[in-house]
Amino acid sequence: MEKDVQILEDVTIRFAGDSGDGMQLTGSQFTNSTALAGNDLSTLPDYPAEIRAPAGTLYGVSGFQLHFSNSDIQTPGDSPDVLVAMNPAALKVNLKDLKKNATIIVNTSAFDAKNLKLAHYDSNPLEDDSLEGYEVVQVPLTQMTMTALESLSISIKEKERCKNFFALGLMYWLYSRPIEATLEWIDEKFGKLPLIQEANKKALMAGYYFGENTELFTSRFHIERAKLPEGTYRNISGNEATAYGFIAASVKSKLPLFLGSYPITPASDILHELSRHRNFGVKTFQAEDEIAAVAATIGAAYAGSLAITTTSGPGLALKTEAVGLAVMTELPMVIVNVQRGGPSTGLPTKTEQADLLQAVHGRNGEAPVCVLAAATPADCFDVAIEASRIAIKYMTPVIMLTDGYLGNGSEPWLVPPVDSIPEIPVHFVAEGEEFHPYSRDENLSRPWAKPGTPGLEHRIGGLEKAHITGHVNYDPDNHHFMINMRQNKINKIQQDIPDLEVRGDQKGDLLVLGWGGTFGAITEAVTKVTKTGYNVSQAHLKHMCPFPKNTAEVLKNFKKVLIPEINLGQLAKLIKMEFLIDVESFNRVRGLPFKSSDIEARIIEILGEQK
Amino acid sequence: MSDKTSVIETKKLTAKDFSSQQDVRWCPGCGDYSILAQMQRTSPDLGIPKEKFVWVSGIGCSSRFPYYMDTYGFHGIHGRALAIASGVKIANPDLSVWVATGDGDCLSIGGNHFIHTCRRNMDIKILLFNNRIYGLTKGQYSPTSEKGKKTKSTPFGSIDYPFNPPAVAIGVDATFVARSVDRDPKHLQAMMQRAAKHTGTAFIEIFQNCNIFNDGAFFDLTEKDRKADNVVMMEHGKPLLFGKENDKAIILDGLTPKVVSLADGKYSVNDAWVHDEFDRNPARAHILSHFTEMEGFPVPFGVFRQIEKSTYDGDTHDQIESFIKVKGQGDLNKLFMSGNTWTIE
Ligand code: SF4
Repeated sequence: MEKDVQILEDVTIRFAGDSGDGMQLTGSQFTNSTALAGNDLSTLPDYPAEIRAPAGTLYGVSGFQLHFSNSDIQTPGDSPDVLVAMNPAALKVNLKDLKKNATIIVNTSAFDAKNLKLAHYDSNPLEDDSLEGYEVVQVPLTQMTMTALESLSISIKEKERCKNFFALGLMYWLYSRPIEATLEWIDEKFGKLPLIQEANKKALMAGYYFGENTELFTSRFHIERAKLPEGTYRNISGNEATAYGFIAASVKSKLPLFLGSYPITPASDILHELSRHRNFGVKTFQAEDEIAAVAATIGAAYAGSLAITTTSGPGLALKTEAVGLAVMTELPMVIVNVQRGGPSTGLPTKTEQADLLQAVHGRNGEAPVCVLAAATPADCFDVAIEASRIAIKYMTPVIMLTDGYLGNGSEPWLVPPVDSIPEIPVHFVAEGEEFHPYSRDENLSRPWAKPGTPGLEHRIGGLEKAHITGHVNYDPDNHHFMINMRQNKINKIQQDIPDLEVRGDQKGDLLVLGWGGTFGAITEAVTKVTKTGYNVSQAHLKHMCPFPKNTAEVLKNFKKVLIPEINLGQLAKLIKMEFLIDVESFNRVRGLPFKSSDIEARIIEILGEQK
Repeated sequence: MSDKTSVIETKKLTAKDFSSQQDVRWCPGCGDYSILAQMQRTSPDLGIPKEKFVWVSGIGCSSRFPYYMDTYGFHGIHGRALAIASGVKIANPDLSVWVATGDGDCLSIGGNHFIHTCRRNMDIKILLFNNRIYGLTKGQYSPTSEKGKKTKSTPFGSIDYPFNPPAVAIGVDATFVARSVDRDPKHLQAMMQRAAKHTGTAFIEIFQNCNIFNDGAFFDLTEKDRKADNVVMMEHGKPLLFGKENDKAIILDGLTPKVVSLADGKYSVNDAWVHDEFDRNPARAHILSHFTEMEGFPVPFGVFRQIEKSTYDGDTHDQIESFIKVKGQGDLNKLFMSGNTWTIE
């Protein structure tokens, strides 16, 4: 049956099911094929902290949202146009997020009495009027998968597990995605289990052909390629980009890369990724705890490595004392914090921006460090390189903040030519060179002397050191001098970082100032209100400490400054403290990225309904 | 330049070359002085270039040690010396990495790092200065203080059972475990040499007198008049004999050790337990390590056990090398382009 093809500009799809249903896999396969189809995209995986929560329960629902378009997009989408619900719990949890008249594709096979009860449905929503206004497409996904796999001699359970591929195949057909990459992926992944390999491929194809043959769909959709800047692209998540950034920094600095880490959600993927690349000489050390991880990182920095440790908020809390030691010993290292919902264990798999003050101030004593924050998943690559550069040049720990959304979320990455990444100069004191452990260069950095170099034997540590000689020193004036020296060194970084850029008018009524992973949502909101005639400008901070040197000037040029943050106003506090200006805040701390429409509403509230 | 280097290398170093010019700040009479002196005396003879020594420590009296050695040194934070040292060693396995630590630093706040370093067989030499007291914080009981000990924080006597450091180390399969004492310079030097030659984690518990807060804690083991009856020297292939006239022996009855007299003719030297340092089975080393808690038994000094196992740092490098052999040296462009890519023209 020939179906007509409708051209769409922009779609947001959410796959939702049990944590055991393979929704993250389904979502990432769809993402990959969408990237290959040339669309711009942005993703939001959203999964529970429990690995396999009891099947069918509301808290066990795992989701993967994907926004793709024929033009440049910034966010994973405020509300989905399409929901694929693998069971009643998935429907119940996600319904409230959908657009009015969204399409819901439900797996009717899972809508039995038991699952309805687990989802706390008193009556079957497919049979009452609770889904009125939505376009509900009922497909017995499980049953059809079983039928398609009838002839295969694998267990019923194994057959049932293929239903996500059936759903994926159907969605590929519906949105005219190429199917080949997933077929290849299945070959690669299940090559050693030929029956499972065949089953998954069959399920995928069956889903695809079902779309073509069923009368449930009268048309399918097509989204033109996005007109992105020229070049070669690949899809990349923030955690992958972070890992690649450090490998690049290692190559460009010619320093061996050392990662000391302890598994923690949502940062572990950086450890996983880096541990795969031993052929770059990467040494990953999975330590016994967060403290050992950072302490080993300090040891590796002392021994002359590009030393990294990765963690999330609770881990950064544990590393605090050691970061102070790195400040005192003035050794270069990068501490990555993939922020998650806090306090305490908080929301391990959700996103938040509430560790900014912890990063900037959270240590005993005057312990200044440089703090950077990535804006998008692909930006993590650049920030990892920038963090490494600053750490080495200024002999200082640098805290790099990303978050759960950036870390797990993905977007197309314009792959940079390797030659375009600048070299990172490193100087180790050589044998015979004049050497004082705490002398200073023009950047106020102390020299880096590698153990093993004859004649440079020296001792450093956490006790206060005398200027130049580095001997233990308790002299009051020396302490005051060194406290200022360490601070001045961090302040100096300001001369070495780009100015804060303003998008839109350089002067005006309102500046929306953001930082970190909210870049996409803020950009979308500002773009939209600007289109409707408001005059709003936007600036986004990447260098959180020190701030870019023109920050005060930028802020001065606007009557009002709005700071949206996924915390209770931490950047707002820093800005108020440092620049003595008043700011407006927008704070929603729900464990989720901002909806751009919420920011839009807040902007309009501040500026008043359009004259 | 190269000429100069070779001249320096051929000049035999002495203890003095390993002594930094910093004032030593331990209390006069502290056992730490002897440990420092023995290390400085031993270092030139270890066949390790001076610049390859890295001394790492945590916090405590003992942890000032690196400042006094004229080598590379890192004075860390409380309990974390072994973790810092692990990073140094993995980053550059060419270095000879030594840790000076105390009973609080190593076994209380740093207990986790201690067991995991041993477990991994990280090639690090650990000198535990065990004085059974917190010195730097002025006299609280430590995890090796005996139960019932009255200290500033235990006015009615400690109700903690102490750690037995060699037993802990053997329990986590440390590959070299020894014990010595500050007041036996020759023996201490010998143990330091053995540790240096061992590939893997080498752990020496050194009984150390804190003359300020726990004076005389080990006098039964160090003073001439008492020593012979309270100490047994473990030597490979030799029977475990002690007493002024070597007139007492340890025999092993199944898994039960017994102290017997050789004086009354009932037992002879041939009945004594013959020490085997290289026994892969840790059972006997374990039994020996628990003598300290057994009434009437002498305290063993020497090497409890030494076994061979690959090291964490060595394995890291082997993995890198063999992976490069298979995959070739990493190529950034290939890495970036891995997975699915597409081009916009
Ligand atoms: S307090 Fe005890 S251990 Fe510390 S330096 Fe003084 S005597 Fe030595």
